[in-house]
Amino acid sequence: MLAFAIRRLFEAALVMVTVALIAFTLFRFVGDPVNQMTGQDTPLEDRLKLRQELGLDDPIAVQFGRFLSGAVRFDFGISYQMKQPVTAIIAERFPATLELALVAALFAVALGIPMGVYTGIHRDSWLAKIFLSVSLVGVSLPTFLIGILLIYVFSVKLGLLPSFGRGDVVQIGFWRTGLLTASGLKALIMPAVTLGLFQMTLVTRLVRSEMLEVLRTDYIKFARARGLPERSINFGHALKNTLVPVITVIGLQLGAIIAFAIITETVFQWPGMGLMFIQAVQNADVPIMAAYLLLVAFLFVLINFLVDIIYVRVDPRIRIYGRAA
Amino acid sequence: MTESIAPSSAAAASSQTDRRKPAQRSRLAAFLDSDLLHSFLASKLVVVAALLTALIFGAALLSPLIAPHDPYDLKSLSLLDADTPPAWLAGGDRNFLLGTDDQGRDILSTILYGTRSSLEIGICSVLLAIILGLSLGLWAGYAGGRIDTAIMRIADVQLTFPAILTALLIDGVAMAILKNHTIEGGKFWILVLAIGLSFWVQYARTVRGVTLVERNKEYVEAARLIGIGPFKIMFQHILPNVLGPVLVIATINLALAIITEATLSFLGVGLPPTEPSLGTMIQVGNKYLFSGSWWMVAFPGVTLALLALAVNLLGDWLRDALNPKLR
Amino acid sequence: MRIRAFVVMGALALGLAATPASAKTFRYAFQGDLNALDPYTLNESFTLGALGNVMEGLTKRDKDLKIIPGLAESWEIVDPLKWRFHLRKGVKFHNGEDFTADDVLFSLDRMRSPGSQIKTRAPADMKAVKVDDYTVDFVLTSPNPILNAEWDTWYIFSKKWSEANGATQAQAASATSLNPFALKANGTGPFIVVSHEPGVKTVFKPNPNWWGKKEHNLDEVVFQTIKSDATRVAALLSGDIDMMDPVPVQDIERIKASPNATVLTGPELRTIFLNLDSFRDELLYSNVKGKNPFKDVRVRKAVYQAIDMDAIHNKVMRGMSTNSAILISPLLYARAGEFKRHPYDVAAAKKLLTEAGYPQGFEVELDCPNDRYVNDEAICQAVAQMLSRIDIKVKLNAMPKAKFFEKAGPTKKYDSSFNLLGWTPGSFDSWNILENIIGCRDADGKGGTFNYGGYCNKRIQELNKLILVEADTKKRDEMIYEAFKINHDEVGVIPLHQQALAWGVSKKVKIVQRADNQILFYWATME
Repeated sequence: MLAFAIRRLFEAALVMVTVALIAFTLFRFVGDPVNQMTGQDTPLEDRLKLRQELGLDDPIAVQFGRFLSGAVRFDFGISYQMKQPVTAIIAERFPATLELALVAALFAVALGIPMGVYTGIHRDSWLAKIFLSVSLVGVSLPTFLIGILLIYVFSVKLGLLPSFGRGDVVQIGFWRTGLLTASGLKALIMPAVTLGLFQMTLVTRLVRSEMLEVLRTDYIKFARARGLPERSINFGHALKNTLVPVITVIGLQLGAIIAFAIITETVFQWPGMGLMFIQAVQNADVPIMAAYLLLVAFLFVLINFLVDIIYVRVDPRIRIYGRAA
Repeated sequence: MTESIAPSSAAAASSQTDRRKPAQRSRLAAFLDSDLLHSFLASKLVVVAALLTALIFGAALLSPLIAPHDPYDLKSLSLLDADTPPAWLAGGDRNFLLGTDDQGRDILSTILYGTRSSLEIGICSVLLAIILGLSLGLWAGYAGGRIDTAIMRIADVQLTFPAILTALLIDGVAMAILKNHTIEGGKFWILVLAIGLSFWVQYARTVRGVTLVERNKEYVEAARLIGIGPFKIMFQHILPNVLGPVLVIATINLALAIITEATLSFLGVGLPPTEPSLGTMIQVGNKYLFSGSWWMVAFPGVTLALLALAVNLLGDWLRDALNPKLR
Repeated sequence: MRIRAFVVMGALALGLAATPASAKTFRYAFQGDLNALDPYTLNESFTLGALGNVMEGLTKRDKDLKIIPGLAESWEIVDPLKWRFHLRKGVKFHNGEDFTADDVLFSLDRMRSPGSQIKTRAPADMKAVKVDDYTVDFVLTSPNPILNAEWDTWYIFSKKWSEANGATQAQAASATSLNPFALKANGTGPFIVVSHEPGVKTVFKPNPNWWGKKEHNLDEVVFQTIKSDATRVAALLSGDIDMMDPVPVQDIERIKASPNATVLTGPELRTIFLNLDSFRDELLYSNVKGKNPFKDVRVRKAVYQAIDMDAIHNKVMRGMSTNSAILISPLLYARAGEFKRHPYDVAAAKKLLTEAGYPQGFEVELDCPNDRYVNDEAICQAVAQMLSRIDIKVKLNAMPKAKFFEKAGPTKKYDSSFNLLGWTPGSFDSWNILENIIGCRDADGKGGTFNYGGYCNKRIQELNKLILVEADTKKRDEMIYEAFKINHDEVGVIPLHQQALAWGVSKKVKIVQRADNQILFYWATME
C-alpha cells in the first residue's frame, strides 16, 4: 500500500506540472491582459512598459519557470484585475463553491436515490415513467436556462427566494459560511438545485439500473424464497450494493460539477471560484486562471486517488485478477 | 414482482414456427425474431422516443429542402422583420410560422438548420470522444502497467480543463497558427475538438474498467496463447463487450454536447452568430426571456429538450436491452 | 386632568414623530466589478465613478457635466502658462487629516508614479508650486485651455495617511506585495467605504464631516456586481436591489410596466463607429489581392451608405440610441448639429462600389466585441446583413473584449481589416477624439493609438496641434469643425450612433443620471 501511495504522489506531481505547462503555454491565447488593465487614454509607451513589467514579452520558458517557483511556495502572484494576492482571492471564494457543490451533491443523492430505487422496483409503473422523464429535464436543458427559469418563477413571480448572491454569511475562522443564516440557506436553494439537477439524473438512472440488476440475482431470489419482507430485501440487500458505484460515480463527476458550477455561479452571481474563473478568462487575468487550474488539477488527483483506493478494496475482481492502476 | 418474462416466451413462441437450423435463417429473419426487437416493441414509450428521434434527425437532414427560408443567407434577411411573434398571435406573420429572432430570421427555418448544425457538432464530437476514449481505454486496460498509469494521468490533466477553456485555447491556437488563412467552417472544427476532448475521459475510464476485467478471462488467455496479436484481441474480442456501455454513454453525451455548445455560446465562444445552431438560438433567446419575446427561446428550447429526452430514453432502453443480467 | 392627558398625548405624538424612519439602504448593481480601490491603478470609468463618491478632485462636474469647484474653491489663469488654484479650507480626510496644498503636490507625484494608469490627466512637464497652504500654482510649458478637463477623476490623496500606510506609490501591475489602498480608501468625499470584497460587494456609509451640502438621504449604500443581464433584471423586478445599470434594451418595456421599478434613460457620451483598414496596401482578411478596397473613398462611402441606421435604431437598439454623423456626442460639441449623415441609399452605394471597380463586391471579415458595448454583436450582425445587399460578403468574428482589443488594437499591430469600436472622450472634449481616433499613426500604434483603421489626413494632424493650444473657444470650435468635416467627407471612420443610458431604478429612488454613466449616489434619495 505504501509503495502504491508514493507512486501515486509522484504521478500527482507530474500531472500538476503538465497542467501548469499546458495552461501556461496556452494562456498567450486568451487575449491581452494589458488592455484590460489600462484605460483608453493610456499611451502606447506605457502599455509597452506594462508588458515588460509583467514579463509578458519574456520567453515562455522564463515565464514558466517564474510561475513554477512561485507556485511551489503557494505564491501565485497578484491578480491583474483585482490587485490582490491570488491565494487570498481563492481562499475567499473557495468556501462558497465548496458549500454549493456539497449541497448540490446532497440534493442529487437525497432525491436521486429514492427515485432510482422506486423506478427500479416498480419498473413499469406510471409514476416511475414520470420520474424518469422529469429527471431527464436535468440533462435536456442548458444549465443557464434552468437557472434563469427558476429565478423567474421563484424570485420574480413568487418573491420567495433571493434572485442572486449568497445572502448573509457568518465568518468562522477564515471560512465564510452561508449555512448558518436564514438568508444564506434561502440563497443556497436555487443554485444547488440547478447545479445538482444533472447529478440527480445520473444518480437516479444509475441506482435504477443497479437495482434492476441486483434484484434479478440469485441471492435475492433466495432471500425472497426464504420469505424475507420486501422492504428488507430492497433496502437491506439490494440498495447496499448499489451505493458503492453511486459514490464512486459522484466522486468522478466532480469534474462536471466544477464545470457546471462556472455557469451556475454566473447566473446566480454566486461569489465562488467558478465566477472568479470566468471573470478572469474574460479579463485575461492570467494569474487567477493559472492558480485555478492548478487547484482543480490537485482536487482531481486527490479524488482519483481516493476513488482508486475504494475500487481496489471493494471490487475483488481487480484485486485478484488485475493490478491496481 | 411482475418482471416481464414476455420477451423470452415470445421468442420461444416464434421459434416454434421456424424449425430450420439457425445458420439457415436469413439475417433479417433473425433480427426480426430477436429479443432486442421484441423488447423494443414491447415498450410504447421507447418506440415513441425512437420515432421522435428519427423525425428530428430526418427534419434536420432535409432542412434545405423543407425549410421555408434560408436563415444563413444574410442577403435574404431584413432587419425590419425582427422580433415578430408566432403567426397565431397578434402581430404575427404567416410567412414566419413560429416568429422571428432579433435579426429577422424565421425561427422555424433556423430551428431546422440549427438542429442540423447542432447535430453535426454533437455527433462529430461524440465520435471523436469515442474514438479517442475507446482506443485509449482499451490500450490502458489491456497493456496495464506504465501505459495504463500514463493514460490515466493524461485523463486527469484533461479533466482539469473545462470545455470552455479548451474551446478558448484551441480557438486562440488555431488563430495563431493559421494567421490570415481562415479555414472554411473553422469554428465548427474548433468546437468539435473542444467538446470531444472534454468527453473522451468518460469512455476511456469505462472501457478501461471493462477491459481490465475481460483481459483476465479465459478466452483472452486462449487467444493470446494461440498467438493472436494484441490489437486483434483488443478490437475483435474485447471491443464487442465494451460497446454496450459505450453506446449508452454516447446517447447521453449527444444531448450534452449540444448543451455544451449552447453554453459555450453563452460564454461568448460559440459558432459565428450569423449561422446560429440550436444552442446559439437558446443562448440568444435567453436574453429575451423577460422582455416578452418568449418564442425566441421557447421553441428551440423545446426542440432541444425533446431531442435530449428521446435520445436518452433510447439510451436507457438500449442499456437495459443489451444487459445480459436483465434477461 | 385633561391638561395632563393632553400633555401625555402630545409627548406620545412627539415621541412617535421623533422615531427615526427605518434605515435607508440603497442597494445597486452593475454588470462589471469594482476591483481595486486605488483610483490611480485602473483607469476605468465605472471604478472612477464609484470612487467619485468617496474621493474628490480639485474640480468636479455637475449634473450637466459642467466643471464646478471641488476641492479647489476657485482658480484663475494668471497667464497662459500658469494656473492658480485656491484650495478649500477646513476640509478633512475620512481619517481626520487636514487637506492642504501638500496633499495636492503629493497627489501629483503619485499620479505620475510608475504604476499609475492616469498619467495623462496632466501634461507630463507640468510643475506644481506651493504658494501657501491653500494655494497651488500649476506651471506649464505650453498653453493648455482644457488643463483641468479630466481633473474631476484625478482624486486627491492624503499625504500623511499615504506615507503612514506605505501607499505613496500607485501599485505597479507587477507588484508582489499588496498596496493597502487596494482594499481601503481614504478620501474627502461624502461617503466612506465600510467594507470591500473585490468583485463581490462593497458597503459605503455617509461621511458626517463632509464639507459640502448633503443632497442625499441615505444611511448606507451596498454595491454588488451582477454579471448576468437576466439575473440583474430579475433582481430589480423582485426588489432585491434598488437600482441597476445597464438595462438590456429589450427589457426596458418590461421594467417600465412593472409595479415597483422603472427605467431612467438618457443620452450617453459613447459613440460607436466602424473602422476600415485604410493603412495597409492589401487587406489582411479579404479576397481582394494586390490592392486595398478600403483605400478608395468611394468604397468607404458605399459601406457607409449601405447601412440603414434607422433600422438599427429601431430594431436593434429599440430606440435607445442617437444616430450620429460625427464621432462626438452633441452634448460635448456645440456645433455637432451642423453635420448630417450621408443618406442611406443602397442603389447609390452599389453604384459607388461599381465605379470603384468592384461590381461583384468582395469578401471581408468584420471583427466585433460581444461583451463590451450595448448590443455590439447585434449591431455587427445587422451591418453584415446590410452589406450583403451590395454584395460585400461579410464574415463576422464576434469575440470577448480581451481578445478583440488584442487582435484589432496595437498589441497585435491592428490585426484586422474591419471592426467596431466605441469611445468616450475622457476629457469630454473633441481634441481627445481627433487625436486618438483619427489622428495619424504608424504601424506600431505611435500617434493615434486608437485609430484602428489607420486613417490619416495631414490637415487633421496640423489642426490637432493648433486645437491643443488655442484658448479662444470660437476659433477652437471652428478648427474642430474643419477636422470633423474632413473625416465626414472622406469617410475615414464611419460613425454609427451614440448609445443611450438605461438605468433600472426602483420607484422609491430618485437619482441623477449623468451622461458619462457615473453612478453618484450622493445625488440619490430614497423614500
